Amino acid sequence: MTKDLHLNPKLFDKDVEKNATRTGFGHGLVLAGDKNADVVALCADLTESTQMHFFRDKFPARFFEMGVAEQNMASVASGMSAMGKIPFIASYAMFSPGRNWEQIRTTICYNNRHVIIAGSHAGVSVGPDGGSHQALEDIALARVLPRMTVISPCDAIEARKAVLASVDMEGPVYIRLARNKTPVMTTNETPFEIGKAQMFYDSSFPQGRPVGIIATGPLLHKALKVAEQLKKEKISVQVWNFATIKPLDEKALVEIAKNCGAIVTVEEHQIAGGLGSAVSECLAQNFPVPIEFIGVRDQFGQSGTPEELIEHYGLGESNIAEAIKKVISRK
Amino acid sequence: MQPLDDKKIGLLKEKAHDIRVSIIEMLVSAGSGHSAGPLGMADIFSALYFHILKHDPKVPTWPGRDRLVVSNGHICPVLYAAMAHSGYFPVSELLTLRKFGSRLQGHPHRDFLPMLETSSGPLGSGLSQAVGMALADRLDRGKDSGRFFYCVMSDGELDEGQSWEAVLLAGKEKLGNLIAIVDRNNIQIDGFTEDVMPLGSVAHKFESFGWHVEEIDGHNFEAIVESVGRAQAVFDGPSVIVARTIPGKGVSYMERDFKWHGNPPGTAIPGEPDPKEQAKIALHDLRTLDGQIEHE
Ligand SMILES: Cc1ncc(C[n+]2csc(CCOP(=O)(O)OP(=O)(O)O)c2C)c(N)n1
Ligand SMILES: [Mg+2]
Repeated sequence: MTKDLHLNPKLFDKDVEKNATRTGFGHGLVLAGDKNADVVALCADLTESTQMHFFRDKFPARFFEMGVAEQNMASVASGMSAMGKIPFIASYAMFSPGRNWEQIRTTICYNNRHVIIAGSHAGVSVGPDGGSHQALEDIALARVLPRMTVISPCDAIEARKAVLASVDMEGPVYIRLARNKTPVMTTNETPFEIGKAQMFYDSSFPQGRPVGIIATGPLLHKALKVAEQLKKEKISVQVWNFATIKPLDEKALVEIAKNCGAIVTVEEHQIAGGLGSAVSECLAQNFPVPIEFIGVRDQFGQSGTPEELIEHYGLGESNIAEAIKKVISRK
Repeated sequence: MQPLDDKKIGLLKEKAHDIRVSIIEMLVSAGSGHSAGPLGMADIFSALYFHILKHDPKVPTWPGRDRLVVSNGHICPVLYAAMAHSGYFPVSELLTLRKFGSRLQGHPHRDFLPMLETSSGPLGSGLSQAVGMALADRLDRGKDSGRFFYCVMSDGELDEGQSWEAVLLAGKEKLGNLIAIVDRNNIQIDGFTEDVMPLGSVAHKFESFGWHVEEIDGHNFEAIVESVGRAQAVFDGPSVIVARTIPGKGVSYMERDFKWHGNPPGTAIPGEPDPKEQAKIALHDLRTLDGQIEHE
C-alpha cells in the first residue's frame, strides 16, 4: 500500500468499514452548502435514495423538489447556474444523465454551465431492482459530452471530497455514485485532486515488471484484494485508482503503460464507452500495450444480490485474477 | 365484456384477496420491493385479469388479445400475482420475485418473461407505447378491431413530461381503442403528490386534451367494470379512468402512508410496527377484512 496516501490500514480486514458512495455525496453536499451559499440542490422524487435529504433538512430554502421530472430538472439547473447558483441535481444515474441526456448536453454543456450531476445507483450492484435500474452506460454518456468532467469515486470519503472539489471547478461535472455500502479504502487524510490518478498498491518484485490495474469506483477494492492475493504467487501488480475518468490522467497512464507493459481495466460499467475505452483511446495513440477489460460485455443487468451479479457479469475477484494472468501471457 | 352479477363480484373480491396475500408473501420472500402501489391496485388487477381483459392465459401470445401495458413497473408484484392466479404461470413461482435467475424481475423485463407486453420500471413511457400499439392496430385492422389497449399508470409518473406528450398525441389521434387507468393514490416516493408536485385535477387535465374521463373509486368492482364499459363505448377518442385508490389497501399500518411506497413488510421504519411482526399483521389484516369491506 502506498504510504503517503494515508489509506485505511484496515483495508484488507474482513471487518473493514463500509459505507455507500451516495452517502459520502450526501454528507459532502451539506459541507458544500455550509461553505458556499450559492450551492443549491434539486432532486427528482428520490431525495433519500440519493441522500440529498441531509441537505434538504439543513437548507430547506435552497432545496428544490422537482417531482419525477429529470429532463425539467436538468434545464432548471442550467437556468439557476446562469444566475450564479451552483446547482447539484440528483436522481438515479439511469434517469440522470440517462433520461435527460440531451437536456444536459444542450442546456448545461453547450452553455457551459457549472451544474453538478449526481447519478446514484450506478452498476449492477443495485441488485434486486433489476436491469432497468442498473446504469451501465452512464460513464459513456457523460464522458462523450464536451466540457464534462466525470468522477467515479471509489468510496464514501472520496465521494465527499469529489463534491467539495467539484464546487470549485468550472463547467459541468458528473459524479457517479452507488447504492450499496462498500469498503472504505481512503481516509480523511488521503489527498484528492480532480484529474489525478493515484497508485494505491504496488507489489512489484525485483524480477519482472508488474501488471498495471486501472480501476474506478468501489470495484477498486476487489482489485486491491486480488493484488494482495497474487503476491503469494509472486505476481507483481500495481493498482491505480482512476477516480477521475475525464479529464483522464494521461501522463500517469502513459507512465503506467511504460512501466508495466500490460494493463487491466476494472469498472462496473459497459466496457464500451467506459474507463476501458478511455484508457484504450489514450494508449493506442501514445503507448500501445496489451489490455484486458473487466466490465460488462454488451449486456443488460438483472435482479439478484449485488454479489451474485458481480460474479455473473464477470466483475469478481476471480475474473480480475484471470485477466491479470491473461494479460501477462500477452506481454 | 360480460355484465357483472353478484356472483362475479364475489369472485373478483376473492381473487383480489388472493392477490393481496400473494403480494405480501412475495415481498417478504424477496426482502425488498414495493408494497403500497401493488396493494392499492389489487382490485383493479383482479377486475382486469378476471373480467375485463380479452386474453388466454394458456396462449399468452394469442394475437387477438387485448394489450395491457403496465407503465409504472414498480407495481409488478400485483401484475405477477394477477397473472399467476389467472393461470399464466404457477402461483408457487411468485416466491422467486427479485431473485437471481427468476422470471419475475424486480421490474418487469420481457427477456425473462416474454409474455409481458412490455418491460418497464423507468416511469413515464408506458402510455407512449400503448399509443403506438393502438395506432398500429388501427392502421392494420381499422377502428373496430375489437380489441382494446389498456395502460395502467401512476399519478407520480404524471410528473414526467413524456406522459403529457402521449396524452396530447392520443387526443390528436382520437384513439378510441385506448383506455388509460391512472392509479390516483396521491403518493409518490418523497411524499404526497400534492406536496411533491401538485397535480390538481387529473381529470380536468386529461379532459382538456380531448380525453373521455371517468373518475371512480378504484376499490369498487361495479365502478371499475362499468367505467371500462363506458370507455369502450367511446369511439371517437381515448378514455382515462382516474381510479382513486388507497395505497397499501388492506394492511392497516400501510394504508395512505407514502413510506410504504418502496419498502416490503419487515422494514424498520420509525412509528411503524416491529419489523418482525409486520408480515404477520399484514396477513392477519387481509384475512379479517377478507374483501368484505366496501368503499363506496
Ligand atoms: C424516470 C424515473 N424516474 C424516477 C424513478 C424512481 N421512482 C420509482 S417509483 C417513483 C415514484 C412514483 O410515484 P408513483 O408511481 O405514484 O408511486 P406509488 O403511488 O406507486 O407509490 C419514482 C420517483 C423511476 N422509476 N423512473
Ligand atoms: Mg402514486
